[in-house]
Amino acid sequence: MTKPTNTGGGPLIALGCEGSANKLGIGIISHDPTTGKTAVLANIRHTFVSPPGTGFLPKDTAKHHRTFFARIALAALRAAKVTPSQLACICYTKGPGMGAPLQSVAVAARTLSLLWDRPLVGVNHCVGHIEMGREITGATNPVVLYVSGGNTQVIAYAEQRYRIFGETLDIAVGNCLDRFARTLAISNDPAPGYNIELLARKGGAVLLDLPYAVKGMDCSFSGILGAADILAAQMRAQDKILETEGPGALKEGETRITPEDLCFSLQETVYAMLVEITERAMAHVGSAQVLIVGGVGCNERLQAMMGSMAAERGGSVYATDERFCIDNGIMIAHAGLLAYETGFVTPLAESTCTQRFRTDEMLIKWRDD
Amino acid sequence: MTDDTEPQQFPLPAILTYPSSKTPELITQGAEGRLYKTTYLLPSVPCALKYRPPKPWRHPVLDARLTRHRILSEARVLVKCRREGVAVPAVYAVDEAAGWLALEWVAGAPVRVGVNEWLRRRRDSERAAGRGGDAVVTGDAPGDADLVALMRRIAGALGRMHKVGIVHGDLTTSNMMLRPWGEGRERPANGHAGGQGDGLLEGEIVLIDFGLAGQSTSDEDRAVDLYVLERAFASTHPRAEALFSTVLESAYREAFKQAPIVLKKLEEVRMRGRKRSMLG
Ligand SMILES: Nc1ncnc2c1ncn2[C@@H]1O[C@H](COP(=O)(O)OP(=O)(O)O)[C@@H](O)[C@H]1O
Ligand SMILES: [Mg+2]
Repeated sequence: MTKPTNTGGGPLIALGCEGSANKLGIGIISHDPTTGKTAVLANIRHTFVSPPGTGFLPKDTAKHHRTFFARIALAALRAAKVTPSQLACICYTKGPGMGAPLQSVAVAARTLSLLWDRPLVGVNHCVGHIEMGREITGATNPVVLYVSGGNTQVIAYAEQRYRIFGETLDIAVGNCLDRFARTLAISNDPAPGYNIELLARKGGAVLLDLPYAVKGMDCSFSGILGAADILAAQMRAQDKILETEGPGALKEGETRITPEDLCFSLQETVYAMLVEITERAMAHVGSAQVLIVGGVGCNERLQAMMGSMAAERGGSVYATDERFCIDNGIMIAHAGLLAYETGFVTPLAESTCTQRFRTDEMLIKWRDD
Repeated sequence: MTDDTEPQQFPLPAILTYPSSKTPELITQGAEGRLYKTTYLLPSVPCALKYRPPKPWRHPVLDARLTRHRILSEARVLVKCRREGVAVPAVYAVDEAAGWLALEWVAGAPVRVGVNEWLRRRRDSERAAGRGGDAVVTGDAPGDADLVALMRRIAGALGRMHKVGIVHGDLTTSNMMLRPWGEGRERPANGHAGGQGDGLLEGEIVLIDFGLAGQSTSDEDRAVDLYVLERAFASTHPRAEALFSTVLESAYREAFKQAPIVLKKLEEVRMRGRKRSMLG
């Protein structure tokens, strides 16, 4: 496919399609080469929300994305007041993510590419988060904590790659929170992690004992989830005893477990771990800036803890709000356009997607610091 | 990444506020603690005081539990290593309730500093010779001998540590020091580098920072130790990544009888890492 000539050297505009998990997002961004300014022209998202107590399955999620793609794409074009002929390229998430949803969006992106005769740019989802975070916050060279439903990584840039310094050894922190929300049958609307945060704000009378699992710059969450699930079962047993035998039926000195304290303790434990591995990476690379990206990055408790740690190191925390830290199309458009500007395009025949695509696999040609 | 951490003004821990012949000097803000240079008993005995201040962002119950546990386990593991002849700083004093540990002062600099400076100079001389300078270090160039020798010493130190039943839990090039060769610490006969001879990578490996360490003889734990270092090395010094793994393996084999089993496990741990499903 030929690279369209940029008529008149005006701003370059790109459309980005994201659907690696349960959010379908389409965004339109413009980069002005003369001023160096970036403008978000549209950023539309539609989330597949599964009923309480359940997670989102690949099949249903893919169906959701297929159903809404055309509608969301149109809405984005309208919001941006842009016609397809003005686009320089169509960017899409190549991975990582869930196979079926990724594929449904890749097929849709290919369709747009053929329909409008615009080149494709495949983007690493994690790099999208990082670049959008840097753009919005102005953090130049931060240590990045990337925390979402599928990922937990501590990342720093070196020699044209985002290098992974630490990561989870089992499940992602967001997955731990989501699954615990299912244990408690908390609503998934707007997001399970958000509802855990709300409950946690009402808790805090006690810190329930959960394992704390940090190994250098790596960490692990499955043991914590298991322990939290056990405590939740104990809580339900207490509910039963109190119901049948009346108040005061608990053993002498036994802590009454509540959903609020469970959520509070889970948050305090896992966020302390995340702050710790981030701090370790900061000490190791000698940076005092930290950028939090990914859906869990909206959590205000995590942001506050990270901010306090960074302040103690003479630096600060950079975070974005839900428009940018929760999966979205604009970040794919942004990172894709950065790559496109260095001459990168994804030929149609190679426009596949992949469930596994590590952050450090993508060459960051647009940075040379 | 450049160092953008400004030296901070912190209140001293109580132990450092007593009158002494030398004012304590904040050397660095490590991953968890602040490291002061002070003296122990005599003004002529330098001492590293590792202070873990309360972390206000952590729940106080959790914070106290972690600090106490880590100081005690660091002290315990250091004593054991010392007794078994693994090069680590001596423990002078501990107060886990106040959050500090007084250690023998280790002269020299962290391995990370030496390696980064070495790689920087190498790149500069490559560029001066008109080459790109981004080439990976293969170990074959005559100038690479220093780095190969250093990696061999690192692997040797790890082998000795594992042999005595300790796993470190946080191996990075920041957590090992290069101590200048001195009295009673001669450079080993086979350790002669014969490289550029700028001395940047010279010295004895002294392992430090045992806050996450523990006693274990499990090959899985040992393999994870090596894996953590391998990854830390690759992300910190990407140009020397490939060299690291090969040299590490062969020298580790020489230092530790059980190495073949550990290295087999390491292969499994690596596979697990690569296969780790990464969802968006
Ligand atoms: N015994 C010592 N002698 C001299 N310097 C030391 C000593 N121990 C630590 N350091 C220096 O202080 C830094 C931080 O110490 P470390 O034990 O790694 O603490 P942290 O857990 O905070 O990383 C080390 O990277 C090293 O530069
Ligand atoms: Mg350290």
